[in-house]
Amino acid sequence: MTTTSARPDVPMTRMAPPKRRETHVARGRIAVVLKYASLIAAAIVTLIPLAAIVMTSFKTRQEYLTSGPLDAPVNWFNFENFVTAFTRGNMLLGFGNTAFVLVVSLAGTILIGSMTAYAIDRFDFRFKKVVIALFLLATLVPGVTTQVATFQIIIGLGLYNSYAAPIALFLGTDIISIYIFVQFMQSIPKDVDEAAMLDGANRFTIYWRVILPLLKPAIATVVIIKGIAIYNEFYIPFLYMPSEKLAMISTALFRFKGPFGSQWEVISAGALIVIIPTVVIFIILQRYIYNGFTQGATK
Amino acid sequence: MSQLTGTTGGVPPTAAAPLRSEAKRKSASLGSSRLRRRITPYLFLIIPLTFLITFTFVPAANLIWYSVTDWDGVDLEKEFVGLENYIEIFTEPEVFRVFFVSLYYIGASFIQMALALYFATILSFSTRFRNLFKGILFFPYLINGVAIGLVFLYLFQPDGTLDSLLKAVGLEQATTAWLGNPDAVNLSLASTSIWRYTGLNFVLFLGAIQSIPSQLYEAADLDGASKWQQFRYIIAPGIKRIISLSFILAISGSLAVFEIPFIMTGGANGSATFVIETINRAFLFRQVGLASAMAVVLLLIVLTVTFVQRKLVPDDEVNLT
Repeated sequence: MTTTSARPDVPMTRMAPPKRRETHVARGRIAVVLKYASLIAAAIVTLIPLAAIVMTSFKTRQEYLTSGPLDAPVNWFNFENFVTAFTRGNMLLGFGNTAFVLVVSLAGTILIGSMTAYAIDRFDFRFKKVVIALFLLATLVPGVTTQVATFQIIIGLGLYNSYAAPIALFLGTDIISIYIFVQFMQSIPKDVDEAAMLDGANRFTIYWRVILPLLKPAIATVVIIKGIAIYNEFYIPFLYMPSEKLAMISTALFRFKGPFGSQWEVISAGALIVIIPTVVIFIILQRYIYNGFTQGATK
Repeated sequence: MSQLTGTTGGVPPTAAAPLRSEAKRKSASLGSSRLRRRITPYLFLIIPLTFLITFTFVPAANLIWYSVTDWDGVDLEKEFVGLENYIEIFTEPEVFRVFFVSLYYIGASFIQMALALYFATILSFSTRFRNLFKGILFFPYLINGVAIGLVFLYLFQPDGTLDSLLKAVGLEQATTAWLGNPDAVNLSLASTSIWRYTGLNFVLFLGAIQSIPSQLYEAADLDGASKWQQFRYIIAPGIKRIISLSFILAISGSLAVFEIPFIMTGGANGSATFVIETINRAFLFRQVGLASAMAVVLLLIVLTVTFVQRKLVPDDEVNLT
């Protein structure tokens, strides 16, 4: 089943009869071939839908109408569709709004998550168990199900159709980051707090000047997984910010379905404009992204 | 700051002693300090708890209240109708139908987990281009849902990517209106879901497998254990917890599917999922009472599944403290 299976066999040759060894090696070869065949097949299945979009995005209107989805474009440097998508699809606005909501929500999430974690991990207080139970219970409530009622709250608070709606919801319904902060804080020795307290620092100073700076790796994890989640979020901006001026990148792209109808060469370019930043981030931060999701999903 | 953290290694006793006694004297002199100490944790928690209660628990409670009324979402009056909405969910075929749509996604999530487990296992052994394969398999999970929806609309459209591929290999008669034919639409959408989410399960499984100490494999190799035996007796027990967790996430995820079908078909041709139907009832048909009852039912199902999973596979590692 693996390339190494041939190597561990070598010392065994002394013990195993030669015939058995041959069949073993042959079977190992087949396993290796099957293994790589399945990996290549999976890679092809994963990449073909994206490849079709990439090729279509470089085609002219005429070319799109006359060629198949898997035919390469004549000119790989035809960026016309990207320009059309970016300008007529209001994507600059979408990126701007997404960036704004992203930065405010991330800053808020880091503060709220780390404050909660600090209180839970470093204090003993009477209702601690209740508080923990509340946060744990909230993880079980899937966000999409309660939208019907959340919608009324957002309206009631006057947040509908404003940046405040997604920001409040991103801050208010995020338990994973609290969990990541608690996990990390447990690994910071309590001596650190005590030493600072002996120096006369109060709890807020300790949180702000000692604990928060030490939480940097956890903050990085939260920024990555929460950042990707907000960038990709669709239903919150769709439901709570219908105004075109407040389009986030997802809702801006969703609007391509209407006016561009069957202009797939433009829609493809629009989708790629949204995907490319993710590719870049993924390539740069690969290792951190894997670790972040492994930590975050096992909440 | 550097000064404060610099003391981590332990303050020299001579320097610490006067500080400590000074701190003691200070706390004794301040009568209010005990009260202050008692409320400090709550000061840290007040904002997080306000958010948590406002945006999770109040909506959940309101949901239950709305679900026993005939509210339309705007009327000032809400009339109590008892369990009428709940009865409607289970008797009106148009609403009840959405449960069957969930079955496609539950089926898909099993395939997804099997694929993820297979690829995680083979990539946990040394492989050429390992990181490249890992990256390709995981990447779809990171892509924006709307972009995925559009990519697959293009794939499934008549004479789109899929049809041309099938034609190229001579399977022309297998083509259909992938998103228009009610017999095919849910399979198409569930496949999209597999494409999107397999990568996450795969990376989680791979992480769990790689955290198994390598000496175990070496010992097994020396004992002449086959790869299958290694999987059965080392890998499988080592990742039991993450599998059970993924399982519960997969089930509740299958019931709460929304983005992909909403973006691609808007729930047309019999592809409405539970959440799409709920959102449509609430915001399109103004049946907030009925929609709330549906949300409560979904919530109860998710809670039950979670509870059963916790009972079957008690995990001692997961807690916040």
